[in-house]
Amino acid sequence: MELIRKLGVLTLSGLRKMGEIGLFLFRAFLCAITPPLKVSWVLKQIQFIGFQSTLLIVLTGAFSGMVLGLQGFYTLNRFGSAALLGPMVALSLIRELGPVLSALMVTGRAGSAMTAEIGIMRISEQIDAIEMMGLNPFRYLVVPKLLAGLIALPLLTAIFDVVGIFGGYLVGGKMLGLGEGTYFGEMANYIDLQDVMGGIYKSLTFGVVITWISSYKGFYSGFGPEGVSKATTQAVVLSSVLILFSDYILTSFLF
Amino acid sequence: MIRIEDIHKAFNGFQVLKGVSCDVDRGEILALIGGSGHGKSVILKHVVGLLKPDRGHVFIDGKDICQIKGTELEEMRSRFGFLFQGGALFSSLTVFQNVAFPLREKTRWHDEQIRERVLAVLDQVGLREAQDKFPAEISGGMIKRTALARFLVRTPEIMLFDEPTTGLDPVIAQTILDLIKSLHKDLGFTGMIVSHELSRVFQIVQKVAMLHDGVIRTVGTPEEIMASKDPVVQQFISGTIDWTVGHPSSELTHEEVTNRGKQ
Repeated sequence: MELIRKLGVLTLSGLRKMGEIGLFLFRAFLCAITPPLKVSWVLKQIQFIGFQSTLLIVLTGAFSGMVLGLQGFYTLNRFGSAALLGPMVALSLIRELGPVLSALMVTGRAGSAMTAEIGIMRISEQIDAIEMMGLNPFRYLVVPKLLAGLIALPLLTAIFDVVGIFGGYLVGGKMLGLGEGTYFGEMANYIDLQDVMGGIYKSLTFGVVITWISSYKGFYSGFGPEGVSKATTQAVVLSSVLILFSDYILTSFLF
Repeated sequence: MIRIEDIHKAFNGFQVLKGVSCDVDRGEILALIGGSGHGKSVILKHVVGLLKPDRGHVFIDGKDICQIKGTELEEMRSRFGFLFQGGALFSSLTVFQNVAFPLREKTRWHDEQIRERVLAVLDQVGLREAQDKFPAEISGGMIKRTALARFLVRTPEIMLFDEPTTGLDPVIAQTILDLIKSLHKDLGFTGMIVSHELSRVFQIVQKVAMLHDGVIRTVGTPEEIMASKDPVVQQFISGTIDWTVGHPSSELTHEEVTNRGKQ
């Protein structure tokens, strides 16, 4: 009986938490579509989430593409299909690895920082101070991050894809001898708009997931520095899991 | 002007407020005294609607702040100024930008108007020279004065001070209290002040309420409080400990009380 009671309490508390997280996103979207929009705050966040992540995305994109080129060449060569290396690398990156790896990188770099920033503002009563000025803290702290995530993630993913494709060419074409025309030429035959759009939809979703979870965890971080540190870890873990979970759901619906 | 009516509040099952009631008249400053961790800051946060009571009401000019939300609540809060314990300045903004922030966000004033007003308030609190410094570059006393200036810039009707002198040396603490006194004389705001600097604070307030074990134990003028025969009040004022006098069974930590009970 006690076990059932505990299970019930746990289930109800889990459902309440999910409801809270859902309402947080709803409130953020509501603030995003109603004026005033803090444009300068949005631009600052695009610079932080997007521009400052570029180098990381370029590096991870290049190495991911190079590994795909290397592994793909040896695998395809066994079946006598090395000519299809270009489409294989491009499809893997555009449909799957580009959006997912970009999102995971941004979670680690910017997501954790967003949670820590909002969490510190919470424990140092800066969020209360904003409310005391008769202002809505969502418009300053959450909406700009949400919109910046929606704008920056697809762009970062595109950079990841392009760099990755060239990384694959560097290994497959330049190092292993596959012709430039073969590598790039075959891509046009195998990649269609649906693949590209699928990748964009995924990156848009991941942009929302990262900024939503990171902001939520910061906004409701616990007591003191320990609370902020816990919230930061939880934000990274939860965002990463939700990215992979939503990736599976989206893949099963989009392709 | 402020009417606190029978507010109850518990955090994680611990009852902090057990039916707090008191009034603050227009133009009056009330000092809220009591032991650390007994919920004085929690009362202040109820007055501005940052916390909602489990039971009870807080009326501001007859309007229950616990029942309003959205734009109405934002407008109500615009009438308040709140000096937080740590100042709560925005670390990425300079002193000038911190003070200008509410004007930039809540008014349609031109840059020049904002500049004039901000510099006038910075002169009032003696911080014109530090206008370009960031919060990390200034002292604790300057942080408190900047935070005060940030709310004064919009001339609030009601000012709440949460331990304005905590962590400051006696000279700076006296400066802050003198500043509050002169601003009250100039602006005539209604105020509530939480402080442990009893002798100093009693010089600037008209009324004192003592919080003990979740309820207001006694209310009176500073003179009446000083002359009180209540052993709990006497013990608190004199700073002596007599374990035969009723102590609350337990206390919350500072973080637990000041945090917004989000868990």
